[in-house]
Amino acid sequence: MSAQPTSSAPGAHPASWTGRVREAAVAALPPEKLLPEGQPTYVASWIYVFGVASIASLVVIIGSGCILALKGPAWWHYTGVGHFFNSIHLWAVELFFFVTVVHLWGKYWMAAWRGGRTRVWITGAVTFLVAIPCALTGYVSQQNFDAQWISTQAKDAMNSVGIGAFFNLTNFGQMYSYHVLLLPVAVVALVAAHVLLVRRHGVVPPFQISQRTATLTDAHPDGAGATATLGGSGGIAPPTSEQASGPSTGAPS
Amino acid sequence: MSAAYASVLGAVFDLNHPAHVVEWHFIKLSVANIVVIGLMLVVFALAILLPFPGAVRRRQGDS
Repeated sequence: MSAQPTSSAPGAHPASWTGRVREAAVAALPPEKLLPEGQPTYVASWIYVFGVASIASLVVIIGSGCILALKGPAWWHYTGVGHFFNSIHLWAVELFFFVTVVHLWGKYWMAAWRGGRTRVWITGAVTFLVAIPCALTGYVSQQNFDAQWISTQAKDAMNSVGIGAFFNLTNFGQMYSYHVLLLPVAVVALVAAHVLLVRRHGVVPPFQISQRTATLTDAHPDGAGATATLGGSGGIAPPTSEQASGPSTGAPS
Repeated sequence: MSAAYASVLGAVFDLNHPAHVVEWHFIKLSVANIVVIGLMLVVFALAILLPFPGAVRRRQGDS
């Protein structure tokens, strides 16, 4: 018996499910696409900064939230350090929604679902929607009169739409579990999917570049025109005419 | 937070009152939320209008 792991012959179809998953993953996201060394020149704009600003604030939220979870929900009431980390957590959430909304506005007005990026847009929009209850369950996890007041007011909204039996805002344990586990896991998973889809399809180009790329690609079907248009500022390939163009490319530039 | 520090902050931001709200038909927004929405609009406009450092050099270098 050999101690070496078995593998399929080069070029052969993998026999195991792990091999098939590996091949599918590498085909969907080759290493140079997953971790590019540069971005197209049109990404050098402040409006493209807010996506990574959202991720940066999310990292601070998760980090400060982990510290608060380790010490327990009442810690911030009786220690200065706890109060400090609670404030970091709160203001990181405020910043997250601030930059996420600006990111969402920017992507909406550049029709970021163009060029086969529908799933990129959908995962971003759903992330925003899931992040809202993730933040609101934090208000009812504060262990103070504010939390009691909010939970007794908000329960009426849940009851009025018939989900009060499943989502009980006066049940601290349930709200705390939603806040520190279920909803953050959903948000992080959605953000990961969103980022991987952005890596796969590339950052959405401005309307002008989409139109010029489509025009030049028609003139040069071998793709040389598209490369010349974007100028390839680094290791990432410019979007193909299929990616760059879309149903909205007729919009004013 | 010391009592003196709290009293100084309290003199600047007096929070010991119900929130100020703006009502217009069915729309009811606190002044604090309106300020945040206004700031987001300002930041959005600046992000579009302000030049990104090195953007012109990158585009010229690529052309």
